[in-house]
Amino acid sequence: MIRTLEDLREFKIQQEERSRQEKADKQAKILVGMGTCGIAAGAQEVYEAICDELRQQGIEDVVVAQTGCIGFCAQEPLAEVILPDRQVLYGHIDAEKARKIVTDHIAGGQVITEWAVNGGSLLPKEQQAEAEIVNVGDVPFFKTQVRIALKNCGVINPESLGEYIARDGYQSLAKVLTEMTPADVIEEVKKSGLRGRGGGGFSTGMKWEFAHKQPPGQKYIVCNADEGDPGAFMDRSILEGDPHSVVEGMAIGAYAIGANKGYVYCRAEYPIAVKRLNLAISQAKEQGLLGENILGTDFSFDLEVRLGAGAFVCGEETALLASIEGERGEPRLRPPYPAVSGLWGKPTIINNVETFANIAPIIRRGSDWFGSIGSENSKGTKVFALAGEINNIGLAEIPMGTTLREVIFDIGGGIPEGKQFKGAQTGGPSGGCIPAEFLDTPIDYDNLAKLGTIMGSGGLIIMAEDTCMVDLARFFLDFTQEESCGKCPPCRVGTTVMLDMLNRIVEGKGEVEDLEKLKELGENIKAASLCGLGQTAPNPVLSTMRYFWEEYEEHVRDKKCRAGVCTALFQYYIIPEKCKRCGICAKVCPVKCISGDRQTPYVIDQELCIKCGACMEACPFDSIIKQ
Amino acid sequence: MLNVTIDGQKLQVKEGTTILEACELVGVEIPTLCHLKHLAPEGSCRMCVVEVEGARDLKVSCATVCGEGMNITTMNEKIHAWRRFIVEMLLADHNIDCFSCSDTGKCKLYQYALDYGIREPRFKVQPRDWQIDDTNRFFDYDPHKCILCRRCVRVCNDRQVNHTLNLSGRGIDTVVGMPFNELFIDSNCVSCGNCVSVCPTGALATKASKNYRSWELAKTRTTCSYCAVGCQMDLLVKKGKVVGVEPADGHSNKGLLCVKGKFAYKFIDHPDRLTTPLIRKDGELQPASWDEALDYVVDNLQKIKTESGPDAIAGFSSSRTTNEDNYTFMKMMRGAIGTNSVDNCARV
Ligand SMILES: Cc1cc2nc3c(=O)[nH]c(=O)nc-3n(C[C@H](O)[C@H](O)[C@H](O)COP(=O)(O)O)c2cc1C
Ligand code: SF4
Ligand code: SF4
Ligand code: SF4
Ligand code: FES
Repeated sequence: MIRTLEDLREFKIQQEERSRQEKADKQAKILVGMGTCGIAAGAQEVYEAICDELRQQGIEDVVVAQTGCIGFCAQEPLAEVILPDRQVLYGHIDAEKARKIVTDHIAGGQVITEWAVNGGSLLPKEQQAEAEIVNVGDVPFFKTQVRIALKNCGVINPESLGEYIARDGYQSLAKVLTEMTPADVIEEVKKSGLRGRGGGGFSTGMKWEFAHKQPPGQKYIVCNADEGDPGAFMDRSILEGDPHSVVEGMAIGAYAIGANKGYVYCRAEYPIAVKRLNLAISQAKEQGLLGENILGTDFSFDLEVRLGAGAFVCGEETALLASIEGERGEPRLRPPYPAVSGLWGKPTIINNVETFANIAPIIRRGSDWFGSIGSENSKGTKVFALAGEINNIGLAEIPMGTTLREVIFDIGGGIPEGKQFKGAQTGGPSGGCIPAEFLDTPIDYDNLAKLGTIMGSGGLIIMAEDTCMVDLARFFLDFTQEESCGKCPPCRVGTTVMLDMLNRIVEGKGEVEDLEKLKELGENIKAASLCGLGQTAPNPVLSTMRYFWEEYEEHVRDKKCRAGVCTALFQYYIIPEKCKRCGICAKVCPVKCISGDRQTPYVIDQELCIKCGACMEACPFDSIIKQ
Repeated sequence: MLNVTIDGQKLQVKEGTTILEACELVGVEIPTLCHLKHLAPEGSCRMCVVEVEGARDLKVSCATVCGEGMNITTMNEKIHAWRRFIVEMLLADHNIDCFSCSDTGKCKLYQYALDYGIREPRFKVQPRDWQIDDTNRFFDYDPHKCILCRRCVRVCNDRQVNHTLNLSGRGIDTVVGMPFNELFIDSNCVSCGNCVSVCPTGALATKASKNYRSWELAKTRTTCSYCAVGCQMDLLVKKGKVVGVEPADGHSNKGLLCVKGKFAYKFIDHPDRLTTPLIRKDGELQPASWDEALDYVVDNLQKIKTESGPDAIAGFSSSRTTNEDNYTFMKMMRGAIGTNSVDNCARV
């Protein structure tokens, strides 16, 4: 039991001693990235293969441990071999490769450079074997990242309280409980400039102050871990990779506002996050870091996990509270804001996972340190989930103010297959797109707002030349329309009307007048909807209209989709003069709609064609075009 | 007291007064769909917006409380366009069937379409295939006419506290219904009809309302004759016949009625109803005049009292009479007859 500050110090020293001992006893440590992403890619088999191979070869002085998501998802499964003199991060490994790593690297002392992410694996084939091993931190993907919220992810074993404490865990909680008043804590968080990472970007310190100022009595603190934004997974990674950081952040918040009870509302589709979070809570309870009279003070705090109801709208704070209360997950009108009247009518603070993960570092290292990172009105870092047409799909934590170009081309490694960058979607279905002309805009709350989009929760979807912007907007609206709770008419009916219209447009049945109607509807839905879902649902449409108006016009006027995505708007066509009558296209066509013979050029029956494109891919003479 | 200005008119209101209530005080009418007196405001229909000077967006008046010095505008171009948009969206997802709909003439959606200049909806959402529920004895439910103001759900859960109605589905597939898609007949519905009374459209409508239009009706305010609660109600009268009942906002019922008050009015014109006193003569009940009947009662009471004393008489009055009548009856028994043996059947 950790009952006092002294106990915590003692615990930390013991833990450090233990890992020193471990290092002295063992020659190497192998860390396997085992977040959901790693496990899905096969990390469990890799982990088992490593253990098995070590056993078979009788190697005993190697520690094998799991860790959370290392962030470089494109290279999963990842395993890091840590030797006293250097660290090698192997990517794309499977059970077989894992065994070879044990044989060559661990037993034979021979680094397999071509598989090493900090070696040759990212280089062209012919240079791979020759590459030098650099520091993992010098790999372009990691180089410009600044890790605050992700500081322990991919480093510690998320299921070990000891490892968290060894990396200064719970020091901040100890500090606030013994050296700071709640008002001090709020002042420090306010001064740091931290803004909510869940989408709205409201000052965390100010929000806490509202709840703090409510008369004493029952208050609650809630962590929003519903993460429903398609393409975003930073909250999951934090919960899977460093759950104690969220527990500690919440305990500090609870102390600041005067709450004694907290809930983490976690997406039910995140079983590993739920499991590790529950484990972290029970470890903290066991050690007295949660519960009654924490660290011998009169602060008591209890924490519980609630499973999400499986709707995007349940991430909206008032709907989330209704869901915890057991009601239908529907937003309520604000004011009153939850800080004044939240769970069961009591003052309640709701913050996002990443917001909470920033709290302990701010307290420990000070608001000045945090404020020195980032830009004028957006302090600190933001974790982005890089997805779409980008080489290095993964999680990157960057200082606010980094340009989009740096994120996409330096960290992200650019667009695959040398394709042209077309735009980036931030803020998921609530956000908008940023076209190529704004690649050099520093990313922060204000600049994104100026461009007509939002920071959102940090999804960053990269689009290349072959993305149809009309279809992209349709995709996002399809999502929000489906996820609308149905409470208010602008969102319930309005998004449906817009979606119907967009569906007609991509099917080639749109009319020129539809475009103005879409815009009008979008503006009206934004203005008149009750909650943030409806107020932002038209954004993807409005912002693609703002930057890619000609594409919309082409769809409705010329019935053309320049990206070749909207199947109703193009045909595969065999140029008779170029056709060598080999008949390969007819063979691969899954619906057998191509006819011809040695004498007659082949033709496609457009009525039957399902536009799969197999013929075009198969034609050895490039005689088939999409038009 | 707070000072507010509504369309240039200055007035004072109590703390906690909503903008909508303040507008009512000065006789400014605001269109509302989800709002209903005695239900907690939820601001979901977005219809009742007004402009508050200095505020970024328009405010829903039903759920926004007045602040000191508020300067409120209840109509301008922006407000008109916003409300028009709401009506347009509701009409886009509505079975427009006004010719045969029983709510024609009193439907709020119809009224607002007129008020906000919508003749023909520009948009149409693909109708969903929902079941029309006509299994209740007194009313029908057609989800295709529902605008999801949720008044019925709230009145059933929060005021009648019967928890029959709820919402299921989400987005455009949200629908009012009963758990597990039950029909009314299989549900725990007590047929109080309060959901029907509050429905602003023809989605929930009494079966009887098929046979009249609102403009044919005369309304007569009265007190329900079924029990001693004293619910206030309006009898809906067409050509001298009662064809329906609407709850009124009385002190004791605040806009609610029970199944008897709402639906059990047919006795009024029932052939079995007694319309004259009957006196048993030669073993048979025979019609008599009121004078005849009262003389008969008085004579016999006097006779019993003289022969056997007042305590040989007991009085029992019906709860289907008013409090005042019951009081008079008690006085008569005690004062005129001289017995304390008097009672009433109201025991609910
Ligand atoms: C439709 C909708 C979905 C949302 N989903 C999430 C979510 O999944 N996670 C989250 O943290 N915030 C989400 N939010 C934002 C929350 O309402 C709330 O602003 C946030 O949790 C506050 O925390 P913060 O101040 O730390 O950002 C959502 C908002 C809306 C309107
Ligand atoms: S805007 Fe959409 S999600 Fe929000 S309350 Fe209205 S219907 Fe529900
Ligand atoms: S009739 Fe009464 S009990 Fe039945 S659904 Fe309507 S309000 Fe509820
Ligand atoms: S049935 Fe009537 S009262 Fe109920 S939600 Fe629909 S329109 Fe409103
Ligand atoms: S009446 Fe005010 S929002 Fe519905």
